[in-house]
Amino acid sequence: MIVHSTQAEAAIRGVGKPRGFWATLWKQRQLVVLSLPVLFVLVFSYFPLWGWLIAFQNYRPSNKIGFFQQEWVGLRQFAELFADPKFFRALRNSLGIGALKIICSYFFTLLLAVLVNEIRVSWFKRSVQTISYLPHFVSWVVAANLIFVSLSPEGGILNEILQRLGITSSPIAFMGLPNAFWLIAALSEVWKSAGYGAIVYLAVMTSIDPSLYESADMDGAGRIRKIFAITLPSITPTIKIMLVLSIGRLLSVGFEQIYILMTPSTIDTATTLEVYIYTFAMKLALYSKGAAMSIFNSVVSVVLIVLSNTFAKLLDGEGIM
Amino acid sequence: MASNAQAQIPGGRMALGRISARAENVIFDSVNVVLMLFVCIVTLYPFINTVAVSFNDSTDAVRGGIYLWPRVFSLKSYETILIKTSAIPHSAMISALRAISGTLISIPLSMMLAYVMTRKDYVLRGLITKLTLFTLYVSGGLIPTFLTFRSYGLMNSFLVYVLPPAISGFNVLVMRSYIAGIPFELTESAKMDGASEYRILFTIIFPLALPVIATISLFISVNQWNQWFDTMLYCSSTRNLSTLQFELKKVLDSANSMSGDAVLAEALGSSGDGSSGRVTTQTIRAAMTIISVVPIACVYPFLQKYFVKGLTIGAVKG
Repeated sequence: MIVHSTQAEAAIRGVGKPRGFWATLWKQRQLVVLSLPVLFVLVFSYFPLWGWLIAFQNYRPSNKIGFFQQEWVGLRQFAELFADPKFFRALRNSLGIGALKIICSYFFTLLLAVLVNEIRVSWFKRSVQTISYLPHFVSWVVAANLIFVSLSPEGGILNEILQRLGITSSPIAFMGLPNAFWLIAALSEVWKSAGYGAIVYLAVMTSIDPSLYESADMDGAGRIRKIFAITLPSITPTIKIMLVLSIGRLLSVGFEQIYILMTPSTIDTATTLEVYIYTFAMKLALYSKGAAMSIFNSVVSVVLIVLSNTFAKLLDGEGIM
Repeated sequence: MASNAQAQIPGGRMALGRISARAENVIFDSVNVVLMLFVCIVTLYPFINTVAVSFNDSTDAVRGGIYLWPRVFSLKSYETILIKTSAIPHSAMISALRAISGTLISIPLSMMLAYVMTRKDYVLRGLITKLTLFTLYVSGGLIPTFLTFRSYGLMNSFLVYVLPPAISGFNVLVMRSYIAGIPFELTESAKMDGASEYRILFTIIFPLALPVIATISLFISVNQWNQWFDTMLYCSSTRNLSTLQFELKKVLDSANSMSGDAVLAEALGSSGDGSSGRVTTQTIRAAMTIISVVPIACVYPFLQKYFVKGLTIGAVKG
């Protein structure tokens, strides 16, 4: 009986007498069946990667020509891209909006988390948190609707406030200002995601040892002093991780947001790489160009992730991956 | 050392220090409350204003000046989009259908993957984990993905809504972290009693993982409800598969392109005979926005404690 159970235990743990890979696999065939959903990943995430090959072709959508009969052009698509001023304009917009978004959401999310953490009345704290999550859960279409209405020159609330306060004499069409687009994109991201993003920081803050605050009280430290001396240093590792993660996503500016906030007069400052792929390559069926841009985007993103991770390792001796 | 220094301060100065600390407390708390109220107003005002506009008479709304409450109450906008035409209710039904079926398909599949990833004795564990998590970093990009899905015959098919997003690396990661916290002894003793892996997953792990399942269900259904780009990309040539968000997007476009009401009438599929009175884009847009926000606003506050927990596990371990 005892022998039997130890054998069963050994079989479960996969120890005991060494068994071949295939024999173990056969024993674990039920787990293999449970692994089948990985086929979804292969079919819908990995299989599309073969499409990168068309970046080295002059691909023409057609039923008559098979994929491998398409004209192979080597790196010509990339050469043409790097000679295209609109591609560099898109790259500049991606980097600019991406960087501004990171800076703004980073700062405001952290600020919101610190201030929410300082609220002492618990029902008020809970209410503020619940309210601040709401924009995260609505779609960018809804958010854009609200933003267009609020910033409208025809009775939009922001223009009304500015006019009542006498800051401007005539209403401003904010969504049509090419120079304001980057800031509007960054601040609308803050509006949509700061509350939700604060969850992570607040969770880490709850694990700070309360005795630290108590002894700071003994020493007569004020609230602001405690924030800078205890709260912020305690969440520094999280702050670093979040920064590294967001730098890796620098070029993934968020297609939906930009595409839907863009207006005809802001095309020059709003067209990011992702938007350019859609409005130029997709709509004109220049599939090879679009694939080349996707490859460029992925390569730069991977480089950024590796760089930022290395940088994080240099900072504190441990990376995140 | 610090407390020594404190003790040497003469009593009077110490009391002064306490009073000023108390004063700082009061000032800090007041400023903080004002700031937090500001955050709440900036977040909520656009929604409240939209509710007010959506319940206002449409011709009156053109005058502007509606803030927190409708000036001339009217249900006409809701009547127009919900009863007079079928396009919006149909698209809302498609959106709801994708939210429900998308969740029902995704949850069991994600659970299966997350479970095998926690089985340290499983020989393919490393491979499955790497394949799933790598998708967080690499994607084929818009056009390669589009061409592939088209070759699968997913154009103008409901399946394009629910099959490709069925497995999300992030969701599986969150589930895996949660399941990994369930004691392995439970699995072990069930195995010794002769339970199959399927039984262990669905009768032991599943009930214990309900909090994380609630979280992921919320993520999936909200995400499905909010999608519009896949409709535009894959299903825009058939009216039957249009989603609520895509209809709202078309109305937003028409409002921005100044051709306003004509496009809107077309979008709503109405004959525009004028008998119902002129309903402007403004109130229709507001009513559609509210219809697409209400289901979400009714659900997420109740799942708050779950998703806060789920997100924190994912963030700390991921």
